Amino acid sequence: MATDQLAADTISGLDALEIASQQKVPGRGSRIWAATWPKLTALALALLAWQVVVWSGWKPEYALPGPVTVAKDLRAYATSGALWDGLLTTGQRAAIGFGAAVAVGLLLGLAVARVKVLRAALGSMITALQTMPSIAWFPLAILLFQLSEQAIFFVVVLGAAPSIANGVIHGVDYVPPLLLRAGRNLGARGLNLYRYVIAPAALPAIVAGLKQGWAFAWRSLMAGELLVVIAKSTSIGVQLTYARELSDAPRVISVMIVILVLGLLVDLLFTKADRAIRRRWGLLDRG
Amino acid sequence: MSTTTTTPGSASAAVALSAVTKVYGRGADAVVALDRVSLDVAPGEFVCLVGASGCGKSTLLNLVAGLDTVSGGGIQVGDDARPGLMFQEPALFPWLTVGANVEVPLKLRGLPAADRKARVAELLDTVHLGDFARRRPHELSGGMRQRVALARTLALDTPVLLMDEPFGALDAMTRDSLHDELERLWTGRNAAGTPLTVLFVTHNVREAARLADRIVLLSSRPGRVIYETRVDVSRPRRIDSPEVAAVAADVTDRLRAEVGRHGH
Ligand SMILES: Nc1ncnc2c1ncn2[C@@H]1O[C@H](COP(=O)(O)OP(=O)(O)O)[C@@H](O)[C@H]1O
Ligand SMILES: [Mg+2]
Repeated sequence: MATDQLAADTISGLDALEIASQQKVPGRGSRIWAATWPKLTALALALLAWQVVVWSGWKPEYALPGPVTVAKDLRAYATSGALWDGLLTTGQRAAIGFGAAVAVGLLLGLAVARVKVLRAALGSMITALQTMPSIAWFPLAILLFQLSEQAIFFVVVLGAAPSIANGVIHGVDYVPPLLLRAGRNLGARGLNLYRYVIAPAALPAIVAGLKQGWAFAWRSLMAGELLVVIAKSTSIGVQLTYARELSDAPRVISVMIVILVLGLLVDLLFTKADRAIRRRWGLLDRG
Repeated sequence: MSTTTTTPGSASAAVALSAVTKVYGRGADAVVALDRVSLDVAPGEFVCLVGASGCGKSTLLNLVAGLDTVSGGGIQVGDDARPGLMFQEPALFPWLTVGANVEVPLKLRGLPAADRKARVAELLDTVHLGDFARRRPHELSGGMRQRVALARTLALDTPVLLMDEPFGALDAMTRDSLHDELERLWTGRNAAGTPLTVLFVTHNVREAARLADRIVLLSSRPGRVIYETRVDVSRPRRIDSPEVAAVAADVTDRLRAEVGRHGH
């Protein structure tokens, strides 16, 4: 056994060529810029279009204020404390509702993926639930729970859990059979097969389900806060309703911007998680 | 027709198949994948199973590995060992590093963390990938991934290695070097008194002649043992040596005769 030969053997054959061609990484700065400038340009164009509509005099300024007016109001809003009160209430509801939806969705998805009878019984029902616009649940929710936190919670969970469950079912169904066989041969049976093979293999689909679930949860929550106005609560949705009642158009748009940005930020977290997973798995070209 | 060199069902065999039959499906759709296949593999023996694709080679290995159940006959693995199975694709877990992949069977066997670490390092050294423990499978070349798969299978500490066309997807040069390595590993284990029995499936007759102590030829549909021959060529071998070529020519002739009978 000649050791020098062994070293040469490690990367031998045409394999060696395959490895050498993997080193092309553009600088971090230029990569970020390449991803950002189209977004900034689009944003600038959108603001410009908005301003042009305002200038055209299509609607009076008190109904449709321009970007500058809204920007000023947004600053006042952010420094007034109302925004932070709202964020606290709404954020809490979102966290609790989405958290519960995750728990329900994961358990339900796992049960349906595992148990044949449950799949036959619930599989298509979960998909049906997913197509149901969550706002349509509110009349029933208000009858059941009155104008209360529970009514909102109920609809948020119903809106988000089916997507999460579907993500889990999809993930478990599409674990590559080869990895299952490899896992079983390596000694993973029963629960261990879930722990070592099925759960990690299903992770990308589960994250996709969580992302979609979040989108539904956020919509349901906003619908809930507009419809289920609870006295003395200062949620973002309530502030939006009050602003409309006071015909405070700049504030209406400011609150809308806050809602948009919050939804986007959380969505961005899931996108980041998804990309991190895919990078680890080697499913992305760029490192 | 079969020229059996060992008596099927002998107690000392590392792997013993007696009249193993496997039928997929039922009724009119039933496919007889294996028809009364009997085969004994001695401890430390390197047997290559050769046959056209679809003749039931993978089926046979899955049965020996216990991933599927026989329709008839019986399979015995010496000392009730659990054989390790390698596939044509590396089947590595993409969410784990190379080292963590090799560690999986050790974890499943309940080894303490400190022992696992040492064993992973040792196994990766065995396949000459000691420096790659922290890499991810997708960062490696095809040949290196198959080495990791080999190390992971060896982590089972099993005396029986089942290999299902493990080098079929590799280029010829990489394959040659992996042949050398597998032979070295196998010779080493037998010399050290911890015999490694290998049941290696391929449709490449040259590869079989390069590696095997004994070549077993399977017919197509249903899979049946139709020919066996010993390969008495001294080791280490080279795939381009005249002796290996002569054995390959003999087996190829038999294979041609078989294919001819089926009128392909
Ligand atoms: N799960 C299965 N269900 C039905 N038929 C199968 C299954 N697996 C294999 N077969 C059939 O059994 C035969 C042998 O397959 P296989 O063992 O994969 O052959 P090989 O590995 O020699 O190419 C083929 O005709 C194949 O179609
Ligand atoms: Mg096969």
